[in-house]
Amino acid sequence: MSTSVNVVLTKHDLPDERGHFGPYGGIFASETLMSPLEELRLAYERFRADPQFLAEMDADLAKFVGRPSPLYFAERWSKQLGGAQIYLKREDLNHTGAHKINNTIGQALLARHMGKKRVIAETGAGQHGVATATVAARFGMECVVYMGSEDIKRQAINVYRMKLLGAEVVPVESGSKTLKDALNEAMRDWVTNVDNTFYIIGTVAGPHPYPMMVRDFQAIIGREARAQILEEAGRLPDALVACVGGGSNAIGLFHPFLNDTGVAMYGVEAAGEGLDTAHHAATLCKGRPGVLHGNRTYLIEDADGQIIETHSISAGLDYPGVGPEHAWLKDNGRASYVAVTDDEALAAFHALTRIEGIIPALESSHALAYAAKLASAMDKDKIIIANLSGRGDKDIHTVAAREGIKV
Amino acid sequence: MSRIKGCFESLRRDRHKVLIPYITAGDPQPAVTVPLMHAMVAAGANIIELGVPFSDPMADGPVIQAACERALEHHVSLRQVLAMVREFRARDDHTPVVLMGYLNPVEAMGYGEFARVAREAGVDGVLTVDMPPEEAEALAGELRAQQLDTVFLVAPTSSTGRIAKICAAASGFVYYVSLKGVTGAGGLDIGAVAAKVKEIRAMTDLPIGVGFGIKDAASAAQVAAVADAVVVGSALVRKFAEFSAQPEKIQKEVTALLAEIRGALDAAK
Repeated sequence: MSTSVNVVLTKHDLPDERGHFGPYGGIFASETLMSPLEELRLAYERFRADPQFLAEMDADLAKFVGRPSPLYFAERWSKQLGGAQIYLKREDLNHTGAHKINNTIGQALLARHMGKKRVIAETGAGQHGVATATVAARFGMECVVYMGSEDIKRQAINVYRMKLLGAEVVPVESGSKTLKDALNEAMRDWVTNVDNTFYIIGTVAGPHPYPMMVRDFQAIIGREARAQILEEAGRLPDALVACVGGGSNAIGLFHPFLNDTGVAMYGVEAAGEGLDTAHHAATLCKGRPGVLHGNRTYLIEDADGQIIETHSISAGLDYPGVGPEHAWLKDNGRASYVAVTDDEALAAFHALTRIEGIIPALESSHALAYAAKLASAMDKDKIIIANLSGRGDKDIHTVAAREGIKV
Repeated sequence: MSRIKGCFESLRRDRHKVLIPYITAGDPQPAVTVPLMHAMVAAGANIIELGVPFSDPMADGPVIQAACERALEHHVSLRQVLAMVREFRARDDHTPVVLMGYLNPVEAMGYGEFARVAREAGVDGVLTVDMPPEEAEALAGELRAQQLDTVFLVAPTSSTGRIAKICAAASGFVYYVSLKGVTGAGGLDIGAVAAKVKEIRAMTDLPIGVGFGIKDAASAAQVAAVADAVVVGSALVRKFAEFSAQPEKIQKEVTALLAEIRGALDAAK
């Protein structure tokens, strides 16, 4: 199966040259970063068309990551739900246990090609940090990961994992001490060390070309899934479901299906304790457009334009922004954005674990919870693909603590 | 003539350098700001750069980030900052005020509304750190319609082509960021600053201010030798952190440092 990042699209061939998806995206960065971003854009344009580099990436995705990931028919679960047939795209089976490495492999190869010997990254739950530290070890690069001090407390195992891989983990004490502050701090590092440093952003946000580049690297999820379902079921699915924090696994699944107008798309945000409470991270459902972290997109902010702290049981969805392409897909109606609560996600976490023998990440459990809801309301001859974006081993302490169990 | 243009022209005539202190509005509490602005003018400030607090100040170092956090504890909003400028203008009709901040609070208020209220309040220029000229057209248009200047940054990484683009979009003055890094960083290289300022000067008649990394009277005087204006931010804001529990002492501390810098600029002229 070809994994070329150079997908030909007609109707959805965005962003434009300056990184706009309709009114969203763009480059809202301080002047010091404008030239480095242009250098990155030009390097990426060369890279995405260079067969030698694409072959290198394909080889790493096959031999190091373990692609293609299977498309698994969740037969028992579908039967119990009594509606549509649910297939799971098994990104949890990738090396390091999530979809994040699809992107870090691509960006690290690009960094090497650009002669940058130091990579930096931000991380929330630690998955992107681990995926970055992993490829940095693989390519022999210096690696610094910024992580909010609150997240460091919550994700001790991933912090240790990054250190084992040779990365330096820098605690961020400013602001809410979570993912958004880690992103601010990584940007500050980049602006200071721009000559020798490549900033590996973990999601489809940030200034152009990041939202486009990360999407292209993650679109392998959708390209594989599309070919796999055609082979397995002989037709395209009726719906796609994926969780959305920044939105990289969702855009990766959705993008190769954008021109398949019969395929509905659902991005599932974290409703936390409920959309009517102040404790959620449902940016597209409840936010409004603004500018943060280099791009225009939907944000969770107060009336004065200050960014508000978000809440989700899953650290990977706990972000007050969202990728600009999702903002555009929401406004133009091509995709629908919904939200499920902490409790609903937990119920799906347990259901998949007990019924299919797969422990899903809490992030992915949001997609599963909505897929279950959707399936129950659909006929048995319908097909849903849900993105199982990561495995849940990292979350068992959170789940146990929530249920009053000491592990 | 705009206040900013008038300020640069009259000081240039007298062969004085323009001194621009930066403070974050509302730091450490809202009542401090306006009296301090007056005191800074008395101590030798020519233009005041008033920071609009933002929750995620990505281009700023830890000193100004902490200043934003102190101001935001009091929920200081963009509208309140504009009200502070209005209050300042009641007693000072000649010192230019430039707002410095991030785009999102302006987005939340609305470009047209912001420009109108800023003009009414007596603001003279606006510097939006995360808005490069490529994304500036809509806001710059609204500001122009209200005769407000749009100030842009030039960085050590800016190519010749970019400098030309920035100078074409800028009004008031051009702000050269003297180092690769965030506000308050170290490692100022005067030789490199002089070379870049010369390059900028070849492309514009606008005055050139230099900021980021100027920490005392000595470095201010060095920078003033090659620039039209010197911006001092983090060095002043450090005093706010040091005396945040005794805000009555801030004015004395800040104006003392400012007077020292003023003295160094005037001695070097």
